[in-house]
Amino acid sequence: MGMKKHLPPAQFITTQFNYILGWARKFSLFHYPFVTACCGMEYMSAACAHFDIDRFGAGWTRFSPRQSDMLLVVGTVTQKLAPVLRTVYDQMTEPKWVIAFGTCAVSGGIYDNYAVVQGIDTIIPVDVYIPGCPPRPETVLDGLLKLQEKIQKQEQEWRWKKRKF
Amino acid sequence: MEEKKILVLLRQMFAGEIKNVSTTLGDDVLVIDKEALLPLVKFLNNKPHEYNMLLDLTCVDYMGEEPRFEMVYHLFSLSQNKRIRIKARLREKDLSIASLTTIWKNANWLEREIFDLFGVHFEGHPDLRRIFMYDGFEGNPLRKDYPLRKRQPRIRLRK
Repeated sequence: MGMKKHLPPAQFITTQFNYILGWARKFSLFHYPFVTACCGMEYMSAACAHFDIDRFGAGWTRFSPRQSDMLLVVGTVTQKLAPVLRTVYDQMTEPKWVIAFGTCAVSGGIYDNYAVVQGIDTIIPVDVYIPGCPPRPETVLDGLLKLQEKIQKQEQEWRWKKRKF
Repeated sequence: MEEKKILVLLRQMFAGEIKNVSTTLGDDVLVIDKEALLPLVKFLNNKPHEYNMLLDLTCVDYMGEEPRFEMVYHLFSLSQNKRIRIKARLREKDLSIASLTTIWKNANWLEREIFDLFGVHFEGHPDLRRIFMYDGFEGNPLRKDYPLRKRQPRIRLRK
């Protein structure tokens, strides 16, 4: 009796494919470190052997935005640097995610002045905010797990389902 | 005693231009007219005093006072291991002083910094343009009358 209420097979396959794609993507994040300030030290400790983000599948650092899909904005972004960050973000291929790393990237932090961008979300869209000045590596790992959760749950885009611009 | 000697000597040589002389925490301080800067610095740079290193060059904005700006030069003598500080007041209407780039190469960028942040013009500087702020930035951000919340973004912000 309840059989008719189940999803049709095609939709079931789509849902499962969406899930599998999310699973694959969240464990193969290639990150691009946009490091500008002292938070970079914490980034190094999080990325290297001490705290080792490779355990979460984000260990491969790509130093080209064209090869990466997670942008880590680590440190203070000034008004002078804003167009550069915008260009780096535009050069990344879809799908892409952005993490604001540290208080300066999140909100400008203590630099509430003429020179500093008050949060990088005024320039590019941000997925996860990691607070702290600088954040502990544990906080970074927590932020990474939050991003993985988000990637798993979101509607995945793939080749034959292109976004309409 | 050596420090007293040089102050007395300078007072004799530049009697008209030196306004005040003092010693704070072991460092000599001279307050001078801005016209006397270049000859005074040239004299200090040469033997026997050899104040041959320009440590820093900066500006202070005393808003509400007249003259409003004050240039501060820190010189260091490598042979004597001694410092001297030279101050000169500038009027807002005539905001210029002689450049020290002919004597010290590092004065070039330091003076560009002061030009950028305070708007002081340095006569004889080879390449006087902004060093920190970007092209199209209006005003001088370290002046006291620059608005605290004024932002001049280079690209259009999202919100």
